[in-house]
Amino acid sequence: MKVEIFGNGCAKCHQLEKHVTEAVREMDLTAEVVKVDDIVEIMNRGIIFTPALVIDGETKVAGRVPSVKEIRELLTAGA
Amino acid sequence: MVFEPWQAAVDWFTYSLLGLSPTSPAASALNFFLFDTVKIFILLVVIIFAITFIRSFFSPEKTRAWLAERKGSTVVGNGLAALLGIVTPFCSCSAVPLFIGFVEAGIPLGVTFSFLISAPMVNEIALGMLWGLFGWQIALIYIAAGLSIAIVAGIVIGRLGMEQYVEEYVYQIRVGPSGGEGEKPTLRERLVGSWEASLDILKRIWLYVVIGIGIGALMHGWIPAGALAEYAGPGNPLSVIIAVLIGIPLYSNAAGILPLVSELTRAGVALGTALAFMMAVTALSLPEMILLRKILKPRLLAVFIGVVGTGIIAVGYLFNWIVR
Repeated sequence: MKVEIFGNGCAKCHQLEKHVTEAVREMDLTAEVVKVDDIVEIMNRGIIFTPALVIDGETKVAGRVPSVKEIRELLTAGA
Repeated sequence: MVFEPWQAAVDWFTYSLLGLSPTSPAASALNFFLFDTVKIFILLVVIIFAITFIRSFFSPEKTRAWLAERKGSTVVGNGLAALLGIVTPFCSCSAVPLFIGFVEAGIPLGVTFSFLISAPMVNEIALGMLWGLFGWQIALIYIAAGLSIAIVAGIVIGRLGMEQYVEEYVYQIRVGPSGGEGEKPTLRERLVGSWEASLDILKRIWLYVVIGIGIGALMHGWIPAGALAEYAGPGNPLSVIIAVLIGIPLYSNAAGILPLVSELTRAGVALGTALAFMMAVTALSLPEMILLRKILKPRLLAVFIGVVGTGIIAVGYLFNWIVR
């Protein structure tokens, strides 16, 4: 599973990264977590609303920081 | 009004149960704190939930597509952008990708700015607090003033033809296809989602609000009404400009600052000065400027600050002149 976090360095983006890391650790998942903070790369991927959480190429959350619980649910659905 | 029974309960608590004299500063401060905290939180919940729910029907992607359809910088385009700024979900974190996405879609620079000005300025927290502290009339006036500034500033920036002062790389970027938005949520999912999002916002701001009301309550008890009129009343020609300059660096605590602003008006600060301060806090925030610098050359950034700042100052003076 590939989990991508898109954000250009704002507080909310860091928080999203923290929540994702925590959710992945709690679930003991073998997921590849990638942080994308290059604005050109973010735009190329069609994301105009950050922070965004993309799981296996599908945008799951955009423009807000989901809770650890919500991320766990998203990861479970994606597994 | 709706909160009369609550005022009666608070009066009974402070004057009868605690036996404080109604004329003492402590009683006045406590009474104010209890009444205002509950009233403001109820109104904040109502407003934040209503706006979050309306926003669940909009997305930055849809707004971008709508604005791109009507190319050409017209007053209607700027007006539409400013209106969409209120109902489209927005956070200053996403100002940069949104800006690039708009420009890439062919939306004129001036129209893009109308959106970028109104989105942070006319926000759910400011409206909830204004309604709670000053009444719905002032909240509506704030919306009208915010929209006017966003439209006029957008038109001015558009007319100045400053496209070359956007960083070159912005024009090279191509926005790729997005990963899909998922299924359309049901009404129930929207309501539940909006409720959870509202609670999130409240969790983030409640402490600032309580501290703000607390300090406001102390002022209410100990600073007599009109005490500041001499310095910041409608008679002081510089007050609006000073209020705007103080407001720019104060971003994250907008929720906590408003109770103070409300108390300052009671102490004699003119309403236009207070509104101008509020707008400077929300529309010209330092963190957002730093982010925007990544895509705007200093000259355009300076024009943006100058035009919006002038608009806010003009609105401030207009109100000080109307409400005397």
